[in-house]
Amino acid sequence: MSNQYARISRESLWDNNIVFAQILGMCPTMAVTSSATNGLGMGLATTAVLLASNMIISAIRNIVSEEVRIPVYIVIIATLVTLVDVSINAWAHDLYKVLGLYIALIVANCAVLGRAEAFAAKNPVLPSGMDGLMMGLGFTFALTTIGAVREIIGAGTLFADAHLLLGQAFSFMELKIIPDYKGFLLMILPPGGFLVLGFLIAAKRVIDRNRAQRAVVAATPAAEPVAS
Amino acid sequence: MKLEQLRGSLAYQGFLLGGTALLTTAALALAARATDADIHAAEARDMKQSFAVVLTGQYDNDLLKDTLTLNGPNGEVTVYRARKAGQVEALVYKVSGNGYAGAVDCIMGIDRTGKITGVRVIKHRETPGLGDKIEAAKSRWIFAFEGKYLGDPPADKWGVKKDGGVFDQFAGATITPRGVVKAVKGGLEFFEKNRAQLLDGSAPLGGATHE
Repeated sequence: MSNQYARISRESLWDNNIVFAQILGMCPTMAVTSSATNGLGMGLATTAVLLASNMIISAIRNIVSEEVRIPVYIVIIATLVTLVDVSINAWAHDLYKVLGLYIALIVANCAVLGRAEAFAAKNPVLPSGMDGLMMGLGFTFALTTIGAVREIIGAGTLFADAHLLLGQAFSFMELKIIPDYKGFLLMILPPGGFLVLGFLIAAKRVIDRNRAQRAVVAATPAAEPVAS
Repeated sequence: MKLEQLRGSLAYQGFLLGGTALLTTAALALAARATDADIHAAEARDMKQSFAVVLTGQYDNDLLKDTLTLNGPNGEVTVYRARKAGQVEALVYKVSGNGYAGAVDCIMGIDRTGKITGVRVIKHRETPGLGDKIEAAKSRWIFAFEGKYLGDPPADKWGVKKDGGVFDQFAGATITPRGVVKAVKGGLEFFEKNRAQLLDGSAPLGGATHE
């Protein structure tokens, strides 16, 4: 059982990461990653929706018929997104001023429906919740990384305005990486999102290939005695 | 009948979709009720903060409850009146200009003599790094309006320098500041046109004209 959860975690966070491997959810990814804080906020909001939608859809998977499953899932996901939207507006209003425009974009994130179809509709509630949580954290990791790279190159800061998202206690995270930086506007604008995403996907591929090669090298000597 | 058999029938699909819609709508209605008061409170807090920024001096009334609705250049304008001992001392209202990427909404404060006490951009979609210098957090540009009125500079100088006016434009962005200057000028003209009505504090405190 715990083995299954470990596999789900590894798959979600790295091997089958929503952004870096499945290349899904590009609309929110490009729209919000102009800073690390925005990426983190959007990632966490998406994680909340993914966790809830996966668990609810898994719980009703035996009632929902094949024919109408897509509209049922979409309505549930849209409802959850709206709930997150009004909750943030009411109880974290400063954050809403930063993220408000983008929360509704979570509905357009095909990764949420994708996980409902690919995992939650076929698995029990707990593994589905785990899948939603981990996929969401993988998404958060990807968005925060893209946001951090764009923010550092584009504005010379890191986690600017983090206190709006996490409270005053986290203002220590707000760093000025490059003092007196004039800014590199391209990185903040949409083309920067595509550039950074492209380089990060390439970097992930390189890391994966190196790991695979090392695994082959490590496996070879052990394989020889068996062969002889 | 077993669930598997039932699930295939046509009526089941209808009930399933209807049931889903009913439950989700109920959840949304509950959430809307639960958050409505907090959202309004938060928005009122925001408004009060922006009032404090564009007004100078002390006032003794609740601006949110002392409003006047007049016809402005772009439809109705809700004017918030700041009073001291009953007399209208200053006014706050929203003006809107056309930027490079849609409307630029500003809030402006004006005292009873017609002088601008402050202008802030509250909503815009201008290009980050170029047009967003209209934000007070990004540049000092918006403070150039403080103390100005129709006459200083004269009406034909109320424009960006490129158009023969006195206000700076930004390198690479003329349309955005031009839109803001035009909106503020429109706000001043609105004041001049309705001066008597705006400064007449006789309407009951508490804002009978406001819903």
